Amino acid sequence: MTNLVYLVPLFPLIGFLINGIGWRKMPKSAGGVIGSLAILASFVVSLGIFFEVKASGTTTVVNLFEFISSGKLVIPFAFQVDALSSLFLLIITGIGFLIHVYSTSYMHHDEGMVKYFAYLNLFVFSMLLLVLGANYLIMFIGWEGVGLCSYLLIGFWFKNRDYTNAAKKAFVMNRIGDLGFLVGMLLILFNYGTLSYQEFFGQLSTGQVAATSSMYNWIAICLFIGAMGKSAQIPLYTWLPDAMAGPTPVSALIHAATMVTAGIYMIARSAALYDLAPVAQNLVAVIGLATALLAATIALYQNDIKKVLAYSTVSQLGFMFLALGVGAYTTGIFHVMTHAFFKALLFLGAGSVIHAMSGEQDIKYMGGLRKKLPITYITFLIGVLAISGFPFTSGFVSKDEILLAVYHHNKAYFWVAAVTAVITAIYMFRLLMLTFMGSFRGTEEQKHHLHESPWQMTMPLIILAILSLVGGFVQLPHLFGGHDFLNEFLAKANVPALVVEDPGMEMREYTLFGGTCLGLIIIFIATRKLFAVDSFKGEYGGFKKVLANKWYIDELYDAIIVRPLNALSSAFDRFVERMGIDGIVNGVGKLVRWGSDRVRLLQTGQVGFYIFVMVIGMTLLFAISFFGFSN
Amino acid sequence: MILTLLILIPLVAGILSFLAKENGKMIALLSSVATLGVAIATSVHAGTQTISWSIPWIPRLGAQLSFYADGMSAMLCLLTAIVMPVIFITNWNKTVDRAGSFYGLMLLSQAGITGVFLAHDALLFYFFWELALIPVYFLCSSWGGEKRVAVTFKFFVYTFLGSLMMLAALIFLSSQNPGVNAYSWENIVSAGASLDPVTQQWVFVLIFVAFAIKMPIFPFHTWQPDTYEQSPTPITIILSALMVKMGLYGVIRWLIPVAPEGVALWSNTIVVLSIIGIVYASCIAIVQTDLKRLVAYSSIAHMGLMAAAAFSQTKVGMHGLMVQMFNHGINITGMWLIVSMVEQRWGTRDMTKLGGMASTAPKMAIALVIISLANIALPLTNGFIGEFMLFNGLFSSASQYHIIFMVVAGIGIILGAVYTLNMIQKTAYGDAVEMTVSKDITTNEFVGLTIIIGIILILGVYPKPLLDMTLGVVNMMIP
Repeated sequence: MTNLVYLVPLFPLIGFLINGIGWRKMPKSAGGVIGSLAILASFVVSLGIFFEVKASGTTTVVNLFEFISSGKLVIPFAFQVDALSSLFLLIITGIGFLIHVYSTSYMHHDEGMVKYFAYLNLFVFSMLLLVLGANYLIMFIGWEGVGLCSYLLIGFWFKNRDYTNAAKKAFVMNRIGDLGFLVGMLLILFNYGTLSYQEFFGQLSTGQVAATSSMYNWIAICLFIGAMGKSAQIPLYTWLPDAMAGPTPVSALIHAATMVTAGIYMIARSAALYDLAPVAQNLVAVIGLATALLAATIALYQNDIKKVLAYSTVSQLGFMFLALGVGAYTTGIFHVMTHAFFKALLFLGAGSVIHAMSGEQDIKYMGGLRKKLPITYITFLIGVLAISGFPFTSGFVSKDEILLAVYHHNKAYFWVAAVTAVITAIYMFRLLMLTFMGSFRGTEEQKHHLHESPWQMTMPLIILAILSLVGGFVQLPHLFGGHDFLNEFLAKANVPALVVEDPGMEMREYTLFGGTCLGLIIIFIATRKLFAVDSFKGEYGGFKKVLANKWYIDELYDAIIVRPLNALSSAFDRFVERMGIDGIVNGVGKLVRWGSDRVRLLQTGQVGFYIFVMVIGMTLLFAISFFGFSN
Repeated sequence: MILTLLILIPLVAGILSFLAKENGKMIALLSSVATLGVAIATSVHAGTQTISWSIPWIPRLGAQLSFYADGMSAMLCLLTAIVMPVIFITNWNKTVDRAGSFYGLMLLSQAGITGVFLAHDALLFYFFWELALIPVYFLCSSWGGEKRVAVTFKFFVYTFLGSLMMLAALIFLSSQNPGVNAYSWENIVSAGASLDPVTQQWVFVLIFVAFAIKMPIFPFHTWQPDTYEQSPTPITIILSALMVKMGLYGVIRWLIPVAPEGVALWSNTIVVLSIIGIVYASCIAIVQTDLKRLVAYSSIAHMGLMAAAAFSQTKVGMHGLMVQMFNHGINITGMWLIVSMVEQRWGTRDMTKLGGMASTAPKMAIALVIISLANIALPLTNGFIGEFMLFNGLFSSASQYHIIFMVVAGIGIILGAVYTLNMIQKTAYGDAVEMTVSKDITTNEFVGLTIIIGIILILGVYPKPLLDMTLGVVNMMIP
């Protein structure tokens, strides 16, 4: 099965080609069926690969063809199948399939539905390349590929200028990160002569190449800059909330469950490097922590249902980086997995709400939806419980693991992370209540139109809700009779877990458990009052306004980057180019012209004359050449 | 003999086209397809071994009719041979005044360009250099836009000055070892390399200016946006896809071997200029509203990266330069084709007056997006392979500032995304702007674009043929 790994990205590629070529002529439903089946086929193959890897525990590199070869630089187009990549294959194709099915209904009214599925398949293809690559260059191909698909899907409704602006912003910010990735790759290539994971990490472990610690740090930091862009971390996070302009299933798949976790995948993949780079590791932890807190505070006062979820994603990604930064690589991956379940669930739930509200996304006009959308409500509630860390849900287990790992690393980090976790619960309950509790605040027409979504949409919600509930059991704390299945599995791919010898572990587990229960109850009761759910106006003053306006970071970037760049460019164009360089040249030109007035008379003459002269001239030259022969 | 065919076919066809008047385009298309066949045969052959052919020409001066093709020459001849029929096919439905002369001049230019890539004799090289330029000069001044006379004059002054300086240097070099083959490549190279360092530097400067103008390297570039803007699109394609390669080719084939001391002294300065050019031209591209000017500045930025790699003297950079010369030629041809289609459909190139192509002409919009992505070197398009290797080369160069060079040049990939996506947004997205000629791409345009996009994707996924073909040259250049 492992040798058939090329089939996994091949199916989505075929789906993309069929939908992409036939997008104008194919019936809409055919596009959806082809798109979904392609991912289903990939999922089946991925399952086979996963169980094979689970049984054998081996790492296999499958060489497809020689991609770039230039002297000593040889980069094959190769896939690496191991525990880490096979786990990501399952997440991508599994959740991908559910979201494709959901989309067949969600996008049914859109005239560009076939095109939509073409893009979605192309995205899955790129994402699979990203995680399957056996070297950084193949990862980079997928890396920029998913960026492109994200761009195309954010700007899917291309007539709206705001949407295409958001798409552009996403692509450009990602490109800034990509430059870091590129420099990191070149540093590796320059020092180690290879981009292949196995060769590079092999050299790191044997210490064949005498590199200094600062070199490790530089490489790790450059790669992390790439991750900042793709996984929306400070300072490159502002594109992700704007990316909500795309269709909601896209937000679920690309901007929550899969693409944005690519940065975490990259660092977990490079664990051998980061273990040697303490400065970079600490930077990862600090940036992750700061992003988690900043985004959580912003999420408190957003009124767009998708924006709340977007900032929550940024914040959760911060948690994952925090885990990686303290050396708990498997925990970071674990949170990627559980987050994929519950965040996909929440986004699809939001999609179901938006669908019922005829496109309305502002929670100002929602409220009381639980009666009309019971399945959406129950599953959304499960998602909220999971992300808030309700005991035994998937989010509880993974977030607990992060907090414990951080606790052992640095107490200050722990407290900030704990506060962030509390804020997370608060803004999620706020969202839940403003959407589903209280009474409806929209128009009569909207109220009349409210309906539960069809099975193509509710079925994925139910499956994801179950996964959000039980998904954590693969790594349940020993205290509750669990076992570290995931850690053991990932260890086969050399992704290290954080091992802590702590006699007080049991105590801390109990404290966390109890604290979480208590906290959630308080939050549940307090939120309703705190946010005046029953008389919600959606307007804020004072400091709340600063949060609602996202700390004015977008305005800041505009003032210190966008405007200066435009001003500089205009100055180059107007002054340096036209007056400076061109001015000198034109001056010289005038001088020459002054001396060649007679020639200028010829220039206004007929073209035929020139050509005549030219042909004569050439004939003469050839005559000379024949003359040359005779000598 | 096969090499002379590459030059003779367009030369003869060009003369015939003058006589055929309105049927010129048929002659142009047929001859260019025939040339393409020969070029493919040459490339297959030259990938494994070099081809050369030589007979005496002007013995008194020491000049020979001497042609030589290794992987690089063959690749550039192939590029020329691909681009010309693509121009003719996509231009098929357009009516051109004095078609016979128009196509005749284009074919003569093709002969000249091919000759430049094949000539192994300095005088012959110079002859073809001028043969390539003069028709373009006429084409711009007679078929160009409103400001054509002034702009063509500027173009002429620039290139003529450069040519003269180069000629002076070549005459000087040939006089070092007079004889029946004084102008032969071997002779010129050995004459140059045996000069004392100070003289070599002067020789270097004289030749460099000619090539720097042609590429162009900042700050020798200001003729280019104006000329591109004012020329009819087929000529713009010849200028930007093919003739800029003459400059790069000249640097690699002639300048670097002839004046190694000059290269050693000046290379850092030139690399710095080139890198400034990348950022500078990219910035200017951001604020352009005219499509042609935007693409022109984008091309200057790309050429900056290539020039920087040419003078940073690393194996991988040189190899990247080889493939990028080809890929840039293909991609920029695609860009210009789209620009001319836009101009024809909407009657303007002003991006502030365009929009909605994705709804009114979706096929064209798809082509625009794919070609633009190749232009910003997205992986799995041909542009990526070359750019990755160029950056790699710049990064591993011997200069102590190599990392700074690479990072500053790398800013170009961010700025490139900015202006390219701006362009896509303004032309393809937004509300539909009424077309004056309401039609998506026609069949002949479809054929031309399919060739370009096909090459973009195939070489993006599987660049090996191009890499293999040029590896020998790189190994010879940089041991």
